[in-house]
Amino acid sequence: MRFLALAQRNFKEMFLDYLSLGLAMGLPIALLLILSPISKVEVMFSPANLAPGITLFAFVMLQFSSSMILAKDRDSALLSRLLTAPLKPKDFISAYSLPYIPVAIIQTALIFGIAALLGLETSGNLGLVFLVLFIMSLGYIGLGMVAGSRLTYKQVPYAYTAVLLLTIFGGAWFDLEVFGSGFQSVMNLLPFAHALDATRDVMVQGAGFSDVAVDFYWVMGYTIVFFALGIFLFRRKMVE
Amino acid sequence: MSNTTSDNRIAIQTSNISRNFGDFIAVNGIDLSINKGELFALLGPNGAGKTTTIKMLCCLLRPTSGTATIMGHDTLKDPIAVKQIIDLSPQETAIAEHLNAWENLSLMGRIHGFGKDEVKKRSEELLEMMGLRSRAKEQVRKYSGGMKRRLSIAMALVSDPQVLFLDEPTLGLDPQSRRSTWEHITELKGKKTIVLTTHYLEEADSLADRIAIIDEGNIIALGTPGELKDSISDMQVMVVKAKSLTNDAIEGLRKIYPEIKEVDGGIEIKAKELNFNEIVDYLRSKEVVIESTSQKQVTLDDVFLHLTGKELRE
Ligand SMILES: Nc1ncnc2c1ncn2[C@@H]1O[C@H](COP(=O)(O)OP(=O)(O)O)[C@@H](O)[C@H]1O
Ligand SMILES: [Mg+2]
Repeated sequence: MRFLALAQRNFKEMFLDYLSLGLAMGLPIALLLILSPISKVEVMFSPANLAPGITLFAFVMLQFSSSMILAKDRDSALLSRLLTAPLKPKDFISAYSLPYIPVAIIQTALIFGIAALLGLETSGNLGLVFLVLFIMSLGYIGLGMVAGSRLTYKQVPYAYTAVLLLTIFGGAWFDLEVFGSGFQSVMNLLPFAHALDATRDVMVQGAGFSDVAVDFYWVMGYTIVFFALGIFLFRRKMVE
Repeated sequence: MSNTTSDNRIAIQTSNISRNFGDFIAVNGIDLSINKGELFALLGPNGAGKTTTIKMLCCLLRPTSGTATIMGHDTLKDPIAVKQIIDLSPQETAIAEHLNAWENLSLMGRIHGFGKDEVKKRSEELLEMMGLRSRAKEQVRKYSGGMKRRLSIAMALVSDPQVLFLDEPTLGLDPQSRRSTWEHITELKGKKTIVLTTHYLEEADSLADRIAIIDEGNIIALGTPGELKDSISDMQVMVVKAKSLTNDAIEGLRKIYPEIKEVDGGIEIKAKELNFNEIVDYLRSKEVVIESTSQKQVTLDDVFLHLTGKELRE
């Protein structure tokens, strides 16, 4: 558990970036408050449809902040010093990921709490919704590790923009069918649309686990792939 | 565990280790054998390949060819075993800017697997030793350059490594801090195997048991400071202090004595046999006003100039 010492330092580092952290919490909540009145005319903006999309939007910030800290450290002499400690690539990736897990949980709790005040109704099991969202949040953190291991910190904002667009066009707050089935099938190759489908199906249609199992495994699979790729890329940077 | 070194007095062994960056050869087939408990200096100008060598020994860079072992562990095959017994103070100050000195030291101790109490005890000693005690609870980004540097070195000591790498430990320090850092390093002498890189002659001369002079990726001389100086001890060095030294005069003199170094307020002439009178007469014939002439002890700088034809410090 040696990596916990580094995780603790990264946790502090994350907190020092108030701006990112504030945006990670504030922006999604603002969006939720702005968009939800429209729900009277557009069913996509009902709390049950909106909350998962807003949550994913919030998670993109996890990807940004985690990759920023890792990429900045890679650029500094501190990391070469840390790399002479007997830690393995997975230890480093754990240390840079761990601080973001509580943030993801707080984001989800805040957004769903406010959505509940706005009249969120669910036909299915909210526990399943949270499970899918939690695994999806790990996926975003995993993407952060991929970007942070590979990119310079100046390139990180581009990765952030790309992931943000993919999340929005994954159906964060509109129906993918608007763009036709071709676009939809492309977006279905990524985990974001699956996370949104699964959570919405549970809340709006009362779907159970077996109904959303395929979506669930897409999300799970991608999360594993992102972390594996992050570890792989980090390992390659360890010995240059 | 791989233990391939038969001689257990040897701490570090490299065999024809090289590193290229593209077409450029930064380190060109170096063979080193460093004993346990030895303080070994890699002395050379900027760009000589010192940092590249250190990074290969610390498992941070992959050699293009050749191998290195630390206490018998191969740096490529068994990096974790190597990392368990080494620590590095990188050339650039390497600290977590937003933590205080305590937290920085504790971070290093804990990622090396030391318990809380042990880390606390060692951190206290190191803060004391580096004179950082009174400001240990302050965020280190507010420290002066010298304090950061001292902390950076202390961070390499928390894990009590068997083999310590110090890459330019006094780079950018003021003379006073440099001297006190030398004292700290001297205190560690004999207790650990230390590899230090530097482009300061005095540093290598006063600290090292043995020195490897490195230039353009090659080791061009290796020995104790005394041996290195002895290697050119049959040389004489004459110092001429003079006003109005013209290039013409110096170039003329170079035809007889090729090893001439321009120093502040004069020149240093080095050769196996120096004819003082001849030199003085020649300079006078070139209308040089000589203030003084003297003979000088051979320094490592002279050794370097002799070996490479250029000066170590610019
Ligand atoms: N990552 C790198 N890419 C390209 N060239 C490099 C890299 N690292 C070092 N070099 C070059 O290798 C040479 C040796 O560098 P270095 O080992 O840092 O020298 P020193 O530490 O002796 O000053 C220098 O010419 C330097 O520019
Ligand atoms: Mg260097």
